[in-house]
Amino acid sequence: MATEKMALAKAINESLRTALDTDPKVLIMGEDVGKLGGVFRVTDGLQKDFGEERVIDTPLAESGIVGTAIGLALRGYRPVVEIQFDGFVFPAYDQIVTQLAKMHARALGKIKLPVVIRIPYGGGIGAVEHHSESPEALFAHVAGLKVVSPSNADDAYWMMQQAIQSDDPVIFFEPKRRYWDKAEVNKDAIPGPLHKARVAREGSDLTLVAYGPMVKVCLEAAAAAQEEGKSIEVLDLRSMSPIDFDSIQASVEKTRRLVVVHEAPVFLGTGAEIAARITERCFYHLEAPVLRVGGYHAPYPPARLEDEYLPGLDRVLDAVDRSLAY
Amino acid sequence: MTVESTAARKPRRSAGTKSAASASTTGTKSTASRSAGAAAKKSPGATGGEPELIQLLTPEGERVKDATYDPYVADITPEDLRGLYRDMVLSRRFDAEATSLQRQGELGLWASMLGQEAAQIGSGRATRDDDYVFPTYREHGVAWCRGVDPTNLLGMFRGVNNGGWDPNGNNFHLYTIVIGSQTLHATGYAMGIAKDGADSAVIAYFGDGASSQGDVLEAFNFGAVYNAPVVFFCQNNQWAISEPTERQMRVPLYQRAQGFGFPGVRVDGNDVLACLAVTKWALERARSGEGPTLVEAYTYRMGAHTTSDDPTKYRADEEREAWEAKDPILRLRAYLEAANHADEAFFAELETESEALGKRVREVVRAMPDPDKFAIFENVYADGHALVDEERAQFAAYQASFADAGEGK
Repeated sequence: MATEKMALAKAINESLRTALDTDPKVLIMGEDVGKLGGVFRVTDGLQKDFGEERVIDTPLAESGIVGTAIGLALRGYRPVVEIQFDGFVFPAYDQIVTQLAKMHARALGKIKLPVVIRIPYGGGIGAVEHHSESPEALFAHVAGLKVVSPSNADDAYWMMQQAIQSDDPVIFFEPKRRYWDKAEVNKDAIPGPLHKARVAREGSDLTLVAYGPMVKVCLEAAAAAQEEGKSIEVLDLRSMSPIDFDSIQASVEKTRRLVVVHEAPVFLGTGAEIAARITERCFYHLEAPVLRVGGYHAPYPPARLEDEYLPGLDRVLDAVDRSLAY
Repeated sequence: MTVESTAARKPRRSAGTKSAASASTTGTKSTASRSAGAAAKKSPGATGGEPELIQLLTPEGERVKDATYDPYVADITPEDLRGLYRDMVLSRRFDAEATSLQRQGELGLWASMLGQEAAQIGSGRATRDDDYVFPTYREHGVAWCRGVDPTNLLGMFRGVNNGGWDPNGNNFHLYTIVIGSQTLHATGYAMGIAKDGADSAVIAYFGDGASSQGDVLEAFNFGAVYNAPVVFFCQNNQWAISEPTERQMRVPLYQRAQGFGFPGVRVDGNDVLACLAVTKWALERARSGEGPTLVEAYTYRMGAHTTSDDPTKYRADEEREAWEAKDPILRLRAYLEAANHADEAFFAELETESEALGKRVREVVRAMPDPDKFAIFENVYADGHALVDEERAQFAAYQASFADAGEGK
């Protein structure tokens, strides 16, 4: 009774609905979030039920959206902002990095900025340019921001609840190609901490770390490897800032091998930081260098090439084989 | 009244003529062509003709009538006027002290407000306690009006913090250094006031340079679309570091409001009474649900952009001299004296008070301690962050590694 099967997009919708219902200070803001319910329908029906004062269609100006959300937060509101697509966040990047991230510290803690910025991200949907990017490292690099990404509907529901309750700004990356994937959502459960990684599959020979859209790929890779007699552990990172290095360390001390997978370019990405930290923490446990699988140092390619660019089952398994061959 | 009294501002080139030429070449915009043509005839520097300048006190200190704005200062008492004078004198004294402290090495930098006292005190005194102010980094006079301890403003310029006062203590937000960003915060805050059903208002300060920023124009637009109770108060001090206003815009600044659908006015920014009246009018519009107003306070940055700047490289002394003749403090003094609203004792007492303020500021700044080393890690997050905790611990261990070597410093 407590659980209900729903798509990831619907889980976020339900989570926003719960938040609007329980906290009168919660606002939804963004382009087309009202009548249309957002281009992915994540905010479907919310304006109808909560009104235009709380579910706000904004002018088409991302910096303006985030900048006014900061002002609303200063007034005591808890805005949940939608950026329509990953590649459209950059007009707001200045407000996010220069203002939102630093304001709490500049005021010596006397003001709080509980703003959530939702960004549908990643590729795999055959979109046109600027609709398939994975800029999470650009935000995780900024002190003052927290950066998370759910991989499944249950996490999407609960992580959104926790992000909205957080007194810190949270960049909430939504894996857009998983929006329609269904899973059981337990709205009565007591969730674990927002920034704690989750063991998505237990294994003993190698650890795959992934988040958002790549968790599914890694689970598939682990299942394929199982058929070849290899036991792969999959860790769903969930949070890119802070990163739960303790859980990665615990897994690597067991498996002794680590491959990090994300859609974002490998160069200076989340995987680079994990590789450096885990090398430091687990130097004597590692049987192989930490390997990374991800995007290339090139603009996100046209849709007909994205399957070559995105880490798929084969590229993940190739890295698994290389690691195990050491 | 017109702005042409700004004799000092010689247009650097014939902008109006140039745009008239280009407009007639394309032949697409008759209004542009018309206004540019008019400008070319009357004033080559401006494309919108002669802007109206709201003024209640002439540079000579004569009170002039203004049917629209007189009602907003109709009940002003001699004591209020002396108060405005006192505010301007003391904030100028504070500002001068800060400049000196920078020269003495006590501050790393200072951004002087010299010359802008009337714009800041007039607008600042128009606000109510429950209103909210979003300043740039030069609103020392407004901070004074809001009751912010002036020495609090110096922390960031000394390098002991990056702001540090409680914005909600006086409804005076932190100084914002990145140009124009705060106008959006002000607009969002005003949207929140409207949602709350309160009758407070917000005033956002910015400058002529900031008016080129996308954020400022987005703030105008959001303010207009949501009919937010916000006053956009632009101090046009003629210079964005070394760039004159004609590098920022091709129409008189206040006219830009028109395109966003709310009124814009130009007020003599060196006339404290006019700034007070116009800002009160604009704030009342905001309170009564009439939405945003753009106030362009036409003034002059008499000093350098900051203590790191050298204005002799880009502007002439004659320009400053011409503006000194329109000094905001002198003209109110002339008015007070002519109207017998202040006697010698008042001015003498103020001089004493001014010196005492300077002394206090000096003493507080010199005694301002360096922050604790661990302040680096404080308040990065409200709810904490594992990496910050880890790095704080590493930093502590590193610091502690010097303990044996005789207590560091």
